[in-house]
Amino acid sequence: MALLQLHDEARADDVVQDVMAAALTASHDGHSSLRTWLGGILKHKIVDLIRRESRFVTLAADDNDEIPENAWDDLFDDRGHWSQGPLSWRQPDEALTDRQFQQIFDLCCERLPRRHAQLFMMREVMDMAIDDICKQLEVSATNCSVILYRARMSLRLCLEQNWFATGGSR
Amino acid sequence: MHCRKATRLLSEAMDRPLSLGERAALYYHLGLCRHCRQFSRQVQFMREATRRLRQRLDQDTDESH
Repeated sequence: MALLQLHDEARADDVVQDVMAAALTASHDGHSSLRTWLGGILKHKIVDLIRRESRFVTLAADDNDEIPENAWDDLFDDRGHWSQGPLSWRQPDEALTDRQFQQIFDLCCERLPRRHAQLFMMREVMDMAIDDICKQLEVSATNCSVILYRARMSLRLCLEQNWFATGGSR
Repeated sequence: MHCRKATRLLSEAMDRPLSLGERAALYYHLGLCRHCRQFSRQVQFMREATRRLRQRLDQDTDESH
């Protein structure tokens, strides 16, 4: 925990402020700032501090911050059934440890709109409870789950198109 | 239940416990639909892949100390 590591609550506060500031200032290149932000949080091990005290910045929306509701209309037919079913992902265990796959995975995460990526990272990488995330980002529970759904759908399609459909080799 | 709804519920199941009714409807659908079973495996896979991402980021920062 940040408190244990830094031995000093005031110092931990400073680190939190710094990480938040980094998230806000690196503005135009939204995707790399997200990575900086996440790296900072993990580096200083302040995940617990953030969980305990509700301090979080919502990354500002940018022009491409929405995934349109009809983004996957091609995947489903009019009755809501798959028209293009998911591919069978071959050798997923091998992919997890493959460096090239990891690069594709990172790129696909970075391609998500910023707020989708932030919410997805808080849920999946930082392992925060969805209720805490919604509360801290001041997003309604319904919106939270819609955003996570869209993030997962986008990420899934990106991985399928850029890795699994190509046989997993470049 | 159609597949679009099933994918939504499979996503929500990663974040909250589904109600009994939701689970029953979802499992019934999954029993009939191999595409959605495939989708379910993929969502689980992405969770594992993000765990690995965290490990990698942790390693990066440990090495830079």
